[in-house]
Amino acid sequence: MKSSSPLKWFATREGLYYVALAVLLVVLLPLALDPFRLNMVGKYLTYAFVAIGLVMCWGKAGILSLGQGVFFGLGGYCMAMFLKLEASTPEATAIQSTPGIPDFMDWNQLTELPWFWEPFHSFSFTLLAVIGVPVLLAFVIGFAMFTRRVGGVYFAIITQAIAAILTILIIGQQGYTGGVNGITDLQTLNGWDIRTDEARTILYFVCVGMLFLCLFVARLVQNRKLGRILVAMNAQENRVRFSGYDVAAFKIFVFCLAAAFAGVGGAMFTLIVGFMSPSFIGIVASIEMVIFCALGGRLSILGAVYGALLVNAAKSGFSESFPELWPFAMGALFIGVVLAFPNGLAGLYQTYVMPLEDKIFKRNKGAQLEAKPAEKAAEPKPTAEKTSDYDPMIDSYSPEKS
Amino acid sequence: MSAAKSKSGDFLLAVEGLTVSFDGFKAVDDLSFYLDPKEIRVIIGPNGAGKTTVLDLICGKTKATSGSIKFDGKELTKLKEHQIVHSGVGRKFQTPSVFEDLTVFENLEVSYPKGHSVMGALGFKRDAEVIKAVEEVAETIFLTEALNEPAASLSHGQKQWLEIGMLLIQKPDLLMLDEPVAGMSVTERKKTAELLRVITRDHTVLVIEHDMQFVGDIADRVTVMHQGKVLSEGSIEHVKSDPKVIEVYLGH
Repeated sequence: MKSSSPLKWFATREGLYYVALAVLLVVLLPLALDPFRLNMVGKYLTYAFVAIGLVMCWGKAGILSLGQGVFFGLGGYCMAMFLKLEASTPEATAIQSTPGIPDFMDWNQLTELPWFWEPFHSFSFTLLAVIGVPVLLAFVIGFAMFTRRVGGVYFAIITQAIAAILTILIIGQQGYTGGVNGITDLQTLNGWDIRTDEARTILYFVCVGMLFLCLFVARLVQNRKLGRILVAMNAQENRVRFSGYDVAAFKIFVFCLAAAFAGVGGAMFTLIVGFMSPSFIGIVASIEMVIFCALGGRLSILGAVYGALLVNAAKSGFSESFPELWPFAMGALFIGVVLAFPNGLAGLYQTYVMPLEDKIFKRNKGAQLEAKPAEKAAEPKPTAEKTSDYDPMIDSYSPEKS
Repeated sequence: MSAAKSKSGDFLLAVEGLTVSFDGFKAVDDLSFYLDPKEIRVIIGPNGAGKTTVLDLICGKTKATSGSIKFDGKELTKLKEHQIVHSGVGRKFQTPSVFEDLTVFENLEVSYPKGHSVMGALGFKRDAEVIKAVEEVAETIFLTEALNEPAASLSHGQKQWLEIGMLLIQKPDLLMLDEPVAGMSVTERKKTAELLRVITRDHTVLVIEHDMQFVGDIADRVTVMHQGKVLSEGSIEHVKSDPKVIEVYLGH
């Protein structure tokens, strides 16, 4: 199972799972869906970024954040501010009493652009801010909490409170933030109209690309020693501490990583949906994000992607026919997941589908080994080749790995 | 070995006037003791004497109210837990605390003293050196066969050994073990005594233990604690015949 060349990796079981997801997102869905539906899928995928972050932060490291909407929102608002400034040229806003500033500022009697809006004229600053602002806030929260050893339920409650505070702040400061309506009427990105079907399809593919980038970053982290320390910290925090690790630093890191993913997701959301508002970032939205992660499987980054897709698709389906039933359905779903299959879809897959795959895989493997007996003899410790070697969840030890 | 060589300042560990009080209750009260390099010291004493608290204080899990802990010339009371580990102190807890979700190999690898920072852990490579160190330690702790097993599947005794192994791979100068044979079968006890003899060849060891047979087997010197203070100190024979110790701990 050595991944000596990157191409070979795609033929491993784990590689095939990624290929399958790529085929689904890049080939099947675009072929099967009209631009409107594809755009919806793109919107669901932006939540997958958050869910991947939650897998790392909650599933692996055991830090439950009920405020991921905050980071999603910050990323989204950064992008929305840039787009709004681009849409608010003096020509386009000539009828305002102060032309050249966003319309909602004019309605709220602001006569000049607030200082913190100024840098968002720059696209490169915006791209930095999409990741930088959420990470900075996560760092401040993480530093304040984790160095004081605040954790568990207390941490979850604090993150939830922060989600509430941010929503109230945005709604209250209407002149600076667009208030409860959010930042709307976004039109072009560097002159490129993002509202056409064609642009939306391109944005969908950009979103898929970014998603895979995040998946690979998450995979890198989880497969390195860093990932094992996160898992170890979850179960035996003191043992990690007394093995010479600064536990707080690792917690801050993973919380910032999750915030960065969420920020990217939020920015993609703004681009794909065309506006950003406080309703996407508050308490309810943040808890929904945890449900995406829980349903998909909180230990599996791929599971999180499917979780985000399925729950959001179900939500749209339900809301179209029985809008008032959705909250109940979602509540039932969450209780069901917690009671019946705590490791989510990924857990079910591992229990029921993987054994079937094992049979097929082993047969192929056996055939391969017969075909190359010389290679087998050359291996120093064939005993290390166990079924667990194929398990993408476990980066198992084998002495010949380097 | 007796308390003959004690005036030269080169102790590995010097605990002086150590006091910790929890809401007015002094769990450790003006405690002083000294460890020579390569010494094996056993702390015994009745329940609630403050033995585990002493280890907690040395490794930084509990902060001292007053007093000093000098290790290899460094003052430990001012350092954070992970810094104390880096200065060469390893601590094993009373109940086995290993990482059940990880394999035995990964447990030892995580404890390997490299890549302790976040970025270090991200860039950490499982190179030949690491594999060699893990395999050596696994051999010492009788777990070579179990390297690929998840730690959750080990027996109680094996988990204790694994945790000792996790300390050994850190190459500490001082090893602190809290009741290493508690809950072990007779054969496991024997093997643990054997393991400790190997370890003590090149480590200074501080052990808390109740099993007097075991204490007699391994200890250079014994410190008896009672109500947060040192009641008696010396060789096992000295301690066993001390009337104060018989009174409060060993019984008549």
